[in-house]
Amino acid sequence: MISKEFIGHESAPFSTTVDAGRLQFFAKATGQRDPIYSDEDAAKAAGYRSIPVPPTFLFGLEVENPSAFALLHEMEVDLVKVLHGEQRFEYHNDICAGDTLMFRPRVVDIYEKKGGALEFIVHQTSVTNQDNLRVADLHRVTVIRN
Amino acid sequence: MSRTCTGSLLSEISWGFQIMSLPSFESLIVGDPIPELEIAPISRTTLALFAGASGDHNPIHIDIDVAKNAGMDDVFAHGMLVMAYLGRSLTDWLPQSSLRSYGVRFTSITKLGDAITCSGKIVEKDETRKRIRVEVQAADEDGDVKLAGDAVFEIH
Repeated sequence: MISKEFIGHESAPFSTTVDAGRLQFFAKATGQRDPIYSDEDAAKAAGYRSIPVPPTFLFGLEVENPSAFALLHEMEVDLVKVLHGEQRFEYHNDICAGDTLMFRPRVVDIYEKKGGALEFIVHQTSVTNQDNLRVADLHRVTVIRN
Repeated sequence: MSRTCTGSLLSEISWGFQIMSLPSFESLIVGDPIPELEIAPISRTTLALFAGASGDHNPIHIDIDVAKNAGMDDVFAHGMLVMAYLGRSLTDWLPQSSLRSYGVRFTSITKLGDAITCSGKIVEKDETRKRIRVEVQAADEDGDVKLAGDAVFEIH
């Protein structure tokens, strides 16, 4: 069982810059046909500062940071047992290529069901940009099948 | 609603010339469906590209040996790939700048070869805040729902 002491745990904040090439690659990988997600001129013509970050892109920026796995390791969770249960994004301001984002991940809840056969970790991450403007919140539920 | 036959050859051709216009708040009606988006069957190439592009490098989605060791028959799709497809159906319909929240529950695994269809409908209108809530889902050709959730748009 995961220790309830991890409720409220805050991982070290980390920062990353949104790369236009990476957004173009993401557009290709998801079959995106709308040119605003790969072409800066099209994005600007549609009223964006630059290529906008698509609705689910922030998830990858969060989980590719080593801290996501370090936390599970610290909790002694076997990665093979981990499932993605829920994912939610709240959008407060636009995010575009070139923005530098600061992620602040924390654990807001841990609970179990079916007598501990399933454990749930609720992660909440706030994201701010280079102007210290709050741009998004990520809400993720991780399920561990014991 | 500018496109009604998403995925057809016609919409493929016309896409580049289409200027998305924001529908008025009044024109959006509770119960109305959003345009469906049909996705080509999931391939190994798709999963390899998505692993690199998304940053989710979990080998269970790209390495059959790892998948088999974990008790699976084969690699399977990232849940976030299907959530990205469903997100495409949202931003094909209304501009992303009006999207306020988007969330899903993952209900079953998406396998290689599954042909995903994204759909949804308007379920609530908040006249004061000029917001609409849509329920959305992604299902395969047998109707097996892979993920389901909702999205909120604010339209001024």
